[in-house]
Amino acid sequence: MLTMDEKVTAIIKKYDSDRGQLVSILQDIQTEYYYLPEEALIQVSETMGIPASRIFDVATFFKAFSLQPRGKHLINVCLGTACHVRGGSRVLETVERCLSIKRGETTKDRKFTLETVNCMGCCAVGPAVKIDGDYYGHMSTDKVNGLLEKF
Amino acid sequence: MPNKLRSKEDLEALRRELIKERKSDRPLIAVCNGTACRPYGCLQLTEAIKQELSKRGLEKKVELRITGCHGLCEKGPIVIIQPGDMFYQQVKLEDVPEILSETVIKGTVIDRLLHTDPVTDKKVVHRDEIPFYRKQERNVLGNNVEINPTKIEDYIAIGGYAALAKAILGMKPEQIIEEIKSSGLRGRGGAGFATGAKWESCRHAPGDIKYVIVNADEGDPGAYANEGLLSGNPHSVLEGLIIGAYAIGSQQGYVYVRNEYPLALANMTIALNQAEQFGLLGKNILGSGFDFSVRINRGGGAFVCGESTALMASLEGKVGEPRAKYVHTVEKGLWNRPSDLNNVETWANVPLIINKGADWYRILGTEGSKGTKIFSLVGKINNTGLVEVPMGITLREIIYDIGGGIRDGKKFKAVQTGGPSGGCLPESLLNLPVDFDELSKAGSMMGSGGMIVMDETTCMVDIAKYFLTFLEEESCGKCLPCREGIKRMRQVFDEITEGRGSDKNIEFLEQLSATLVDSSLCGLGQTAPNPVLTTIRYFRDEYEAHIKDKRCPAGVCKTLIHYYIIEEKCPGCGICVKECPQEAITFVGKKKPVVMDEAKCIKCGVCSDVCKMGAIGKR
Repeated sequence: MLTMDEKVTAIIKKYDSDRGQLVSILQDIQTEYYYLPEEALIQVSETMGIPASRIFDVATFFKAFSLQPRGKHLINVCLGTACHVRGGSRVLETVERCLSIKRGETTKDRKFTLETVNCMGCCAVGPAVKIDGDYYGHMSTDKVNGLLEKF
Repeated sequence: MPNKLRSKEDLEALRRELIKERKSDRPLIAVCNGTACRPYGCLQLTEAIKQELSKRGLEKKVELRITGCHGLCEKGPIVIIQPGDMFYQQVKLEDVPEILSETVIKGTVIDRLLHTDPVTDKKVVHRDEIPFYRKQERNVLGNNVEINPTKIEDYIAIGGYAALAKAILGMKPEQIIEEIKSSGLRGRGGAGFATGAKWESCRHAPGDIKYVIVNADEGDPGAYANEGLLSGNPHSVLEGLIIGAYAIGSQQGYVYVRNEYPLALANMTIALNQAEQFGLLGKNILGSGFDFSVRINRGGGAFVCGESTALMASLEGKVGEPRAKYVHTVEKGLWNRPSDLNNVETWANVPLIINKGADWYRILGTEGSKGTKIFSLVGKINNTGLVEVPMGITLREIIYDIGGGIRDGKKFKAVQTGGPSGGCLPESLLNLPVDFDELSKAGSMMGSGGMIVMDETTCMVDIAKYFLTFLEEESCGKCLPCREGIKRMRQVFDEITEGRGSDKNIEFLEQLSATLVDSSLCGLGQTAPNPVLTTIRYFRDEYEAHIKDKRCPAGVCKTLIHYYIIEEKCPGCGICVKECPQEAITFVGKKKPVVMDEAKCIKCGVCSDVCKMGAIGKR
């Protein structure tokens, strides 16, 4: 097992410490830990010589990043226009109700984190939901329970 | 490792070899593995075909080609069989053995997998006979079916990189720019700026180091045209980029891809590595003396990064905030150096123009808009998918002839183009030709290619509020008009949709819109009022129904609607009783209509979704 320090070092090295690749570096750290741990961000700041304030500026600006630990399964409900006109927001409400959390939150048992996305590129099958990289199309309020039970 | 191609002759020799391999008499199965086919299980289907082939010892005798998006996403997963160009749709795992034994081996058509023409109700065997494809001109997207996007060999075999060789070995940079200018190509990202003129300004801008950038941060919700192209044919984009770099005098390119598009990101990364291995990127490309390399950057989920200056800030590792463009990015862009940024689709048009010439390119289109445009045709339409149409085609032809009309026999209400910067156009404008200038005149815009069709159950006030909510979240907050103006507009929409609207709302929205248009820093704020203004312009009666009658005619705005049981239709089956999360519906006995307690109802709509009898009414 690599320590966080070693893993972050490897990620930075992969991008040759290129400051222009900061977003990609943060993406990779998030893929590893499901969120951006504070220690990792401090390490990026110190190794790459970028002020921590700048790193946090970027980490909080982009919607994809989370500074809070996330659950084991990441649910993304698409709220793109095509999904919206087919009832995407009602699907979101149903997921919120089923899990008793609001979007952006994580269930108490750390099993699910619920987030929304503005388009995943599969508009033709909307409303769409993505869980851990798998896509589910033609969603409706009555299919939510069955889908969540799979996990 | 393949040998690097060092000349045009090397490339042509390789091409001849690859064509010979492809022209073998082997039958071919092409399976779509595009993003939109994934929820249908295309990956499992591909695996099943592989296993069935190996079970029958046919791996070497039948070619299996895994391709990008075929376009008719509504009917996925799609499988095409050659010879015969047979088009199978909605293919399931259990169909695989029969496809092999009947179609591939015997050449027999399996009727149930064919497409049905919605007008004539007849089965259609060949792809080009399907109405969805008939009116399209798939110049840019068409090759998605011909290649595996992760194999550069496929792209070369169908003529790939010939335009690159022609350009960098046989044309002067000025000649290339002249050709692009004369083709009339305009930027496909939305605003429609003339591509050739942009290249020329960047070429003439002072400075030794210049950058070229592919804008693949397709953030418009409801648009996946760039995704389909980038994941299905990444080399076509890359070839265009290298040609542009040579014409402009740049040695470093960037591809900025949305992180929400994992497949596009993966396939573009593979394409870059292969192009480098084959000597089509790097030092001394094809022996021309021209050096060029490309890096990929990932976005972080910010819509504003589709704006050129914000994208460049993000490429520098900063937050994606735009800046005022007193000085254009072609003079001072990325790292303060001359930078040319074009959309994915714009770049993919370049090899076509170089190969076939500007005169050929200009044949398609209208006076001011040449060539074709890719749209993601989605929403309440029968044939959802990616379509590529000649400029000048009418909205009616796209929606009815290609799209097959409105779903579930409902009535058309509006079509939305241009994403959050665009507008909603009504039925009276269906004969409007699709053209940069015509769409702008009608209050909308071309945008990067979203075309969302709405029917009578879509509330136009809700749609305007939806876009404002989206833009409020995505506004970077740098300039006040956008940050506070959009928020204030959204608050007014809350009032209207919650039954608290007043007579002055519409006038106020129009005034605030004018302020945003005049004073916002970048395109996001300047165009934010478009969805509001177009819906007021074309659907004023809906606003008035919300404001004066406290009624949502489409039955969408929660505060203004009530669910009820239509007693004559309800057989008392009790499905809704079980599904209702509020226990607001009670079962009163067999064959008796259920009873709803409106006080408990939270208007989630689950009952209406599960009821097969249409016994849940809305008023």
